[in-house]
Amino acid sequence: MKDPKDTRVVVGMSGGVDSSVAALLLKEQGYDVVGIFMKNWDDTDENGVCTATEDYEDVIRVCNQLDIPYYAVNFEKQYWDKVFTYFLNEYKAGRTPNPDVMCNKEIKFKAFLDHAMSLGADYLATGHYAQVRKNGDRYEMLRGKDNNKDQTYFLNQLSQDVLSKVMFPLGHLDKSEVRDVAKEHDLATATKKDSTGICFIGERNFKEFLSQYLPAQPGNMETMEGEVKGKHDGLMYYTLGQRQGLGIGGPGEPWFVVGKNVEDNILYVGQGYHNDLLYSDGLEASEINWALGEAPTEAFTCTAKFRYRQEDTPVTVTPVDETHAKVEFHEPQRAVTPGQAVVLYDNEVCLGGGTIDEIVKNNEYISYVG
Amino acid sequence: MNPIYFDHAATAPISNEVVEAMVPVMQDVYGNPSSVHSFGRKARKILDDARNVLATSIGAQEKDIIFTSGGTEADNLAVMGAAKGNQHLGKHIITTAIEHHAVLHPAEQLEVEGFEVTYLPVNEAGLISIDDLKAELREDTILVSVMYVNNETGSIQPIAEIGATLAEHQALFHTDAVQAYGALPLQVDALNVDLLTLSAHKINGPKGIGALYAKDGVSLHPQQHGGEQERKRRPGTENTAAAHGFAKAVELMKENQKERLQTHKRYKKLFLDTLKEEEIDFAINGGRINVPTIVNLHFPGLNVETLLTNFDLDGIAASSGSACTAGSVEPSHVLRAMFGEGDERITSSVRFSFGLANTEENVQEGARKVAKVIRRLTKTS
Repeated sequence: MKDPKDTRVVVGMSGGVDSSVAALLLKEQGYDVVGIFMKNWDDTDENGVCTATEDYEDVIRVCNQLDIPYYAVNFEKQYWDKVFTYFLNEYKAGRTPNPDVMCNKEIKFKAFLDHAMSLGADYLATGHYAQVRKNGDRYEMLRGKDNNKDQTYFLNQLSQDVLSKVMFPLGHLDKSEVRDVAKEHDLATATKKDSTGICFIGERNFKEFLSQYLPAQPGNMETMEGEVKGKHDGLMYYTLGQRQGLGIGGPGEPWFVVGKNVEDNILYVGQGYHNDLLYSDGLEASEINWALGEAPTEAFTCTAKFRYRQEDTPVTVTPVDETHAKVEFHEPQRAVTPGQAVVLYDNEVCLGGGTIDEIVKNNEYISYVG
Repeated sequence: MNPIYFDHAATAPISNEVVEAMVPVMQDVYGNPSSVHSFGRKARKILDDARNVLATSIGAQEKDIIFTSGGTEADNLAVMGAAKGNQHLGKHIITTAIEHHAVLHPAEQLEVEGFEVTYLPVNEAGLISIDDLKAELREDTILVSVMYVNNETGSIQPIAEIGATLAEHQALFHTDAVQAYGALPLQVDALNVDLLTLSAHKINGPKGIGALYAKDGVSLHPQQHGGEQERKRRPGTENTAAAHGFAKAVELMKENQKERLQTHKRYKKLFLDTLKEEEIDFAINGGRINVPTIVNLHFPGLNVETLLTNFDLDGIAASSGSACTAGSVEPSHVLRAMFGEGDERITSSVRFSFGLANTEENVQEGARKVAKVIRRLTKTS
């Protein structure tokens, strides 16, 4: 391995505290650090204000504090084509997309990685909470040490080739330690609020945002037995297991979204958090990335997550082909949602993941989930 | 590694002589030129001397020079001020698609306020046609604004010809001559212009000062309101030291104009010859009518952001179009006007501009570094 001072590391800087500290730590380790801000979305409002500008100004402040060069790169077109189009298409199909997974796969660790490499970089670093460990010839992606912040769920599509070129300088730190480092060094972003929500929507109203791109088609809320319980504003505004915003009163337990019928534009609702309709015992996944490089050929047991920050649950995985697999849950799971990612783990090692396509119960697909 | 500066069209280094001339003014001449005491008179003299130097350099009268905070303010004053001052004669304005934003954005603002603006197209060489201008001229046209030298490509517009075309027309003629000053003959009578924009920092003067020439009798509405400085056309306490530095830069520019232009011509040739020698695939954007200080090159298949970042990391300062507030490079409106929407050249071209910070050695070294980057990128892409 080259000496750090001869090793160029491009850091993807968002203007947030995590990537600021990632850059700082690399600089302290003596690397040739270059900060780059990615502009993926134009959210300029009618007053000419765009949050990208404010974030970029924070990047400038931090890079000046660290005395490293900084640049920006525009991936608006790629983001629109690869991430936003997918995002809308999934909603149109009645599924719940995961744009963060897609952004990591297509933009941050593809287009942006290529850009970094074209700048003579040896590595691309980001402020993600995850770790990379070299084990023989293989690169293993491990969960971030801060279990509450671990972001391997969103990084499940990273290949061996990508893992060989990335650094996650925050992987061994807790979020509070990251904040402490930033405060110790008086970084401009030390007390900046973490960004929330999907990056291109930000703090805005999700419904309002989506309605600008997809026509909302209001329809009926019904029980599976066909009893009309109210009106919905458009299927895309609801996710499986959701309780808020249904507006169904009456006696008994609260109401939850239990399914969608895209063809007839019906939102299925049922009573009770533990409504049986919300439970399934397996799934089928596609577009699986095996992060260790090789697709398994035989069934194996491991743990899985079906959504970010969920506790792992034991599963048995049966590969169908290199990118498809069946996943059986050892215990029934609530509100596993088509379009979201299923991510597999062997203890601390992330084995990769894929997109949830079908939900299975008693060996049958359940079609009412969308 | 000493970085090499090829971005003189963005801004140029200030001459040592200019700094030396300015320091004593900043230290000792602190009076307000409008004051009615000895301190004021001392400052007023320096200001008027500077005004005289500028006026003489373009064949104008001293009272026709309005000092501003720079080229942008002078352009705004010319376009907005002339439009507002002459709207009783009509509300039609003609400009070009390749103007600096300091003209384009005021023109867009005037459209919002009810004026009608025609943007003349340019050909692939970046030039407007006199026939187009004639075709667009109307009885109610009150202002024509065409830049002398384009800041991105260096192409030179036929200003004298436009001036002659407008001789019998009511329309005022404004030219943004910021990039032309020092590179081309600039006599307001010969060009038949009514308004002309100048800037100090492009000719190795200080930043923060420019000037507008406004021919005697031109009706010009001030764009700021305050004191009665600059014959009521530009309020605010005058920047005496900067005006003095501006004048010094003009004098230096006049002194060695011929040799300097020859030197810049040599730089440009050496730069391009070196790229050819290194067998780099490139094409020049723009035709043969251009200034020696600016060259805009298209590198087929390469992306402008990748190019500029690589150049900078290897110690080469160049540029392209304008940056957006979030740092990324905006597609150039000038190249878009020349080549049409979607043309590859818009996103794979870089401007190099030469000047005081260059020597034959660093021009050649810089060209070799550019070649090295291009080779590396074409190998990997």
